[in-house]
Amino acid sequence: MSTDRVRVVVTGFGATTPLGGDAASTWSALLAGQSGVRTLTEDWIDSVPVKFAAVAAVDPTEVLPRPEARRLDRAEQLALVAAREAWAHAGIEKVDPERLGVVVGSGIGGITTILSAYDTFKEKGWQRLSPFTVPMLMPNGPAGWIGIEVGARAGVHATVSACATGAESIGYAIEMIRSGRADVIVAGGTEAAIHPLNIGSFAAMRAMSTRNDDPQGASRPWDRARDGFVLGEGAGILVLESEEHARARGATIYAVAAGVGYSADAHHIAQPEPTGAGVMLAMRRALENSGLTGQDVKHVNAHATSTPAGDVVETIAIKEVIGGHPLVTGTKSMTGHLLGGAGGIESVFTVLALHERVAPGTINVDDLDDGIEVDLVLGGPRTLPGGQIAAINNSFGFGGHDVAVAFTSV
Amino acid sequence: MAMTEQEILAGIGKIINEITGIPAAEVTPEKSFVDDLDIDSLSMVEIAVAAQDEFGVEIPDDQLKHLKTVKDVIGYIQG
Repeated sequence: MSTDRVRVVVTGFGATTPLGGDAASTWSALLAGQSGVRTLTEDWIDSVPVKFAAVAAVDPTEVLPRPEARRLDRAEQLALVAAREAWAHAGIEKVDPERLGVVVGSGIGGITTILSAYDTFKEKGWQRLSPFTVPMLMPNGPAGWIGIEVGARAGVHATVSACATGAESIGYAIEMIRSGRADVIVAGGTEAAIHPLNIGSFAAMRAMSTRNDDPQGASRPWDRARDGFVLGEGAGILVLESEEHARARGATIYAVAAGVGYSADAHHIAQPEPTGAGVMLAMRRALENSGLTGQDVKHVNAHATSTPAGDVVETIAIKEVIGGHPLVTGTKSMTGHLLGGAGGIESVFTVLALHERVAPGTINVDDLDDGIEVDLVLGGPRTLPGGQIAAINNSFGFGGHDVAVAFTSV
Repeated sequence: MAMTEQEILAGIGKIINEITGIPAAEVTPEKSFVDDLDIDSLSMVEIAVAAQDEFGVEIPDDQLKHLKTVKDVIGYIQG
């Protein structure tokens, strides 16, 4: 492994997801194989063909003070809840603000704010728009609020790459620390897009599962009967730190954020490239960037959204680049697909997997599809080996974005 | 019947509590919005719109900027 540059470590994490209001409750539900998907009962539900989603287990408005919640979009609320948990978890008492940054994005931004504000505008006029409408709808809003919260002055950034957003943010943060721009970065992804317009629009792409009679069985990566993704919401945040900075303050180090690989399919705006070339390139670059070989990688948190097109080709790419040996998990089977939040929570899961030496399982795989030659973790969790090991979190997004983030054990 | 100063103060206290979280009891006539209550200009816009709903008195932007204290707002609402 390369040693000639700044090593970046993970010293804190937080999450609020369909499985729990914090990282610990989410993780234990994940290991127990629970589903965070439920039937929706909203008054608009008859207007859309999909009647279920993975709603955040703890509503952020129950956690945040009301005056604060009312000026935040739901994606900002979720991000702030997860960021506060991660920041407290990292226990950083003192950091130079000019060496502290934030990289947090979302796939869609404040979409529910945009839509409700437009209703207000049409019904009551511009005078009745909240003066916070713009900071609520802007996609860099979550990053901005977190930056104010922690006092980050090294730079506050918001990457946008659809469902690869959270992973891209973490990759960008690793590179910010390595290049010397910062010592500490709060990084991850958030999303809150459970709204009839989004469900209708994703349904118009035929991208969503319509398994209305079995919501908890709807997210079934690699199962032959999978019929689309399940929309979820939430946020996952890491605190990344230069190893030097973390050691100097005696921080607990949960994993090393070893490197990132990016590529793009240049193929289709929404469909995965069928040979997996872009996915392979991202994983190869993640290995190179981290100074790892395929043999080092013992676990992959796959993108695996439960759509017919992408799941199998990802496993082919994993086998080609890493090998058939890593334990491959599809945690979206339990959390649903958090879009821009996915790479955030799945990076939290990858870090926890390395720290606790356990790969979560994949639920709902009753009839494994053909052509899968990697070691999928089906049913319950499986133990990861001891010693120095690595794990990769894959995230891909509409637009053809491919991101692989590599972590190693401490 | 016109509202009393006390009734208006109670209404403003309720609005400010709702928007900023500041306890209504701290909203007293002599308090400055910016210097004492730490209320920013965006929140002042929210307060003005809520006050319009509560008291039926519109506060135009060019008037709002002159209303520095709680007492100024009470005076404006009383006409």
